[in-house]
Amino acid sequence: MADRKYKKITIALAGNPNSGKTTTFNSLTGARQKVANYPGVTVEKKEGRLTYKDYKIKVVDLPGTYSLTAYSIDELIARNFILNKRPQLVVDVMDAANLERHLYLAVQFIELEIPMIITLNMIDTAKAKGFDINVEQLSKLMGIPIIPTAAKTKKGLPELLEQIVDTAEHPKKYKKPQISYGEELDEEIDKLQTIMIDDNELSRKFPIRWLAIKLLENDSQVIKHIKNTAQQPDVILDTAEKSRRHIKSIFGEDAETILVDRRYGFVEGAYHEAVKSTPQERVDISEVIDRILTHRALSLPIFFTLMWMVYNLAFAVTEGPTRWLEGGVSFLGHIVGGALPVGFYRSLIVDGIIGGVGNVLVLLPPILVLFLAIAILEDSGYMSRVAFIMDRIMHHIGLHGKSVIPMLMGFGCAVPAIMATRTLASKRDRIATMLIIPFMSCGAKLPVYAVFITAFFKSSAAGNVLFSIYILGILMAAIVAKIFQHTLFTGESTPFVMELPPYRLPTAKGLLIHMWQRSRLYIKKAGKVILLASVVLWFMSNISLAPKSEQSLPLKPADAQMQASLKLKNSLAGYLGRGLAPFLKPIGLGDWRVGVALFSGFVAKEVVISTMATLYSLEDVGEDAAPLREAIAKDPFFTPLRAYTLMVFVLLYLPCMSTIAIMRKETGGWTWPAFTMVYTTAIAWIVSFAVYHGGSLFL
Amino acid sequence: MKYTLNDLKPGDTCRIIKLIGQGGFRRRLMDLGLVKGARLTLKKLAPLGDPIEIEVKGYSLSLRRAEAAKIYVEILV
Repeated sequence: MADRKYKKITIALAGNPNSGKTTTFNSLTGARQKVANYPGVTVEKKEGRLTYKDYKIKVVDLPGTYSLTAYSIDELIARNFILNKRPQLVVDVMDAANLERHLYLAVQFIELEIPMIITLNMIDTAKAKGFDINVEQLSKLMGIPIIPTAAKTKKGLPELLEQIVDTAEHPKKYKKPQISYGEELDEEIDKLQTIMIDDNELSRKFPIRWLAIKLLENDSQVIKHIKNTAQQPDVILDTAEKSRRHIKSIFGEDAETILVDRRYGFVEGAYHEAVKSTPQERVDISEVIDRILTHRALSLPIFFTLMWMVYNLAFAVTEGPTRWLEGGVSFLGHIVGGALPVGFYRSLIVDGIIGGVGNVLVLLPPILVLFLAIAILEDSGYMSRVAFIMDRIMHHIGLHGKSVIPMLMGFGCAVPAIMATRTLASKRDRIATMLIIPFMSCGAKLPVYAVFITAFFKSSAAGNVLFSIYILGILMAAIVAKIFQHTLFTGESTPFVMELPPYRLPTAKGLLIHMWQRSRLYIKKAGKVILLASVVLWFMSNISLAPKSEQSLPLKPADAQMQASLKLKNSLAGYLGRGLAPFLKPIGLGDWRVGVALFSGFVAKEVVISTMATLYSLEDVGEDAAPLREAIAKDPFFTPLRAYTLMVFVLLYLPCMSTIAIMRKETGGWTWPAFTMVYTTAIAWIVSFAVYHGGSLFL
Repeated sequence: MKYTLNDLKPGDTCRIIKLIGQGGFRRRLMDLGLVKGARLTLKKLAPLGDPIEIEVKGYSLSLRRAEAAKIYVEILV
C-alpha cells in the first residue's frame, strides 16, 4: 500500500445517559476500542479510532452526563477533558425523542466555546412517536450543525463523518454567538470578563466568559482555579461575590438557579419553534412492558424469578465449559509434569503456576455469562426499574436500589458481583455494596456445606440447615450494611434521582463489546494477582519447616497419602494453621486440621474440603466427598454443633484471594480489601462464638 | 396551603413553584428539568410506596419520597 499522509483529528463524544451515545461510539469505531480508567478514579475511559478518507480520527467517549457542574465526578471529567485536552470538536449525541433535556447539555458545551456537532439519534423512533423535527431550523437556532442518525443501523454516519472533517478543518466557520441570559446576568458576566480578560495565564487556559458564568454559579473547582492561577484572585472573587449578591437581591434566587432557568428558557424557545409533536393514539410498547415489570404485586416476584434464572443459567450453561477448562489445565499439567523430572520445580510449575492459571480460568465461563446478563439488564433499561422497585428495602440498610443486583450475583461468585457494582454511580454506594458481598453464600462455599451437612445432619433436616446458612449470610449483610451506614458512611446519602429510560432492545454488538471488556479486565487485572497469590500459597504449603530428622521419618512406601498429610502439616501453611488453633478454640474449632484447612481456604473456599481430605490422609476427593464425609463423621472431634459452627465461620470469614484481588482493582488500593479481610474474619469469629456457645446451652 | 410532590396522587399533574435543598442535589434536580414553572405528572409509585415515578419534559424520572418533599408545587386540574 502506498504511504499516505494522514491528518489527525481528536473528537469527544458527549451526551446524556441513555442517548445512544455508546451505540454511536460502537458504530463509529467498531471493536477497535481501548478501555481504561481516568487517572485516580473508577470512571471508565473509552477510546476508539477510525480512519476516514485522509483522516485518522480518535474518538473519546466521555461519561454520559446531564450537565457539566463540579458536583459530580463524571461531569467534572467530561468538562476537564474539553478544557485540558482540547479536542477539535464535540459530537453531542441526543435522543431525538427527548430533546429538551439533551439541548440543555448542549448549551453548556456552547459555553465552553468548543466547536460542536449534534446528532439526533433514534430519529426513526422519534418520528414514530409523533415528533416532527425541523432539523434545519433547530440547527439555525442553536448555531450548531445537526445530523439525524440511527446509530443502530448506521444511518446518518457518513454524513456525520463528513461534518466532523469539515468542522475540524474550518473551526472558524462554525464559531457561534454566545447565548444571552438576560440583561442583568449578561451585565455581571461582562463585568467579570473585563477584570479577567487581561490575565494571560487565565485566558490561555480557559474561555473567559465560561469562567465568569461559573463564578456566578459559585462553582467550587473554578474558584479553586482562580485562587491558584489568577494574578489578582482576590479582586476577581470579591467582584464575583458582589455580583452573586446583586443578582440574588434582584431575583430573590441565587444566580445558579437563575442561570439554569435561563438555559432551559433558551432551549424551550428553540424546541417549541423547531419541533411539533402530535401525541400518538397507538399504545406505547415500552409503557405496556413497564406496567407489568413495575406492577405493584407482580414486579418483585418477576424480578426474583429473573435473577434466579440468570443465576441458574450462569452455572448450568457453563458447567460443561468449566469442566473442559479444568480438564484442559490438568491435562496441560500432566504433559508438562511428564516432561520434567520429579521434584521441587516440577511441583512448582505444575501445582503452583499451572494450577494458578487454572484458578483464574475456571471462573471465566460463569463470569462471561453473568456479565452478559448484566449487559442485557443495563442496555434494555430494566436495571433502573430494579432500582426503582427495590430501593425502599435497600435504602433501609443504607444502600441504593441498584445494589441488589451485585448482591444477588454474590450468590454465584463474588468476583463478577464486585465488578457489577460499577452500575452504581456513587463511590460511597459502590464501596458499601462491595463490603457486604462476601457474606453472600457463593458457589464455592456450597461444597463445604454439602460435606458437613451430609456428614452430621439427617437428610430430612439438611435443606433447613443449608437454608439457615444462606439466610444468616443475608442477615449479616443487612446488619453490617446498617452498621457501616452509621459509622463508615455517615453524611448525606446520595440522592436517588434517576432517569427511567424507555425499554430498548439491546444490540448484539453492544452486548458482546460490553461483556468482553469487563471479562478482559478480570483476566488482565485480577488474573495477575490471583496467579501470584496461588504461587505464594504453593510455596507456603510446600516448603517444609520441620527438622530433617522428622522429615525422613520411616514411612511405608505405600503410604503416599500419609506422607502428603505430614508434608502439609510441616509446611509453613501447616504451622500457620496450627498457630490458628488457639484462636479457634473459643469457638469450638480448636483443631489444627481445621486451622490449616481454613487457612488454605484463602485460595478458594472449596479448597477447605480438599485440604481436609489431604489432612485426613485421603486421596484427593474433589468436591463429591464421600470418603471425607465418612472420615469426619467418625472423628470424635466433630459434633453437629461444631460442624454447624464451622459452616458459619466459612460463610463469613476472609474472602478468597480472587475476591480480594478484584476488590483491590475496583477500589484502586489496598485499604478496602485489607479492611474487608480483617472485618469479615472478626465478624465470623464473633458470630461463630455466639453460635457455638449459644448452641451448647440448648443442645 | 403549600403542597409538595408527595401530596400528588398517581395521574395528577402539577407545576413547580419552588425547590428547596441545596448544593449538588438541588442543582441535579434543576439540570434534569425540574425548574420553576415546569409541569410534571405523577405516573406511579414503586411497589412499596417509595420511590415515585414522575414524568417531566417528556421523560420519566424516579425520586425518593424524602427528595420529593423538597419540591413545592401547585396542583393543576
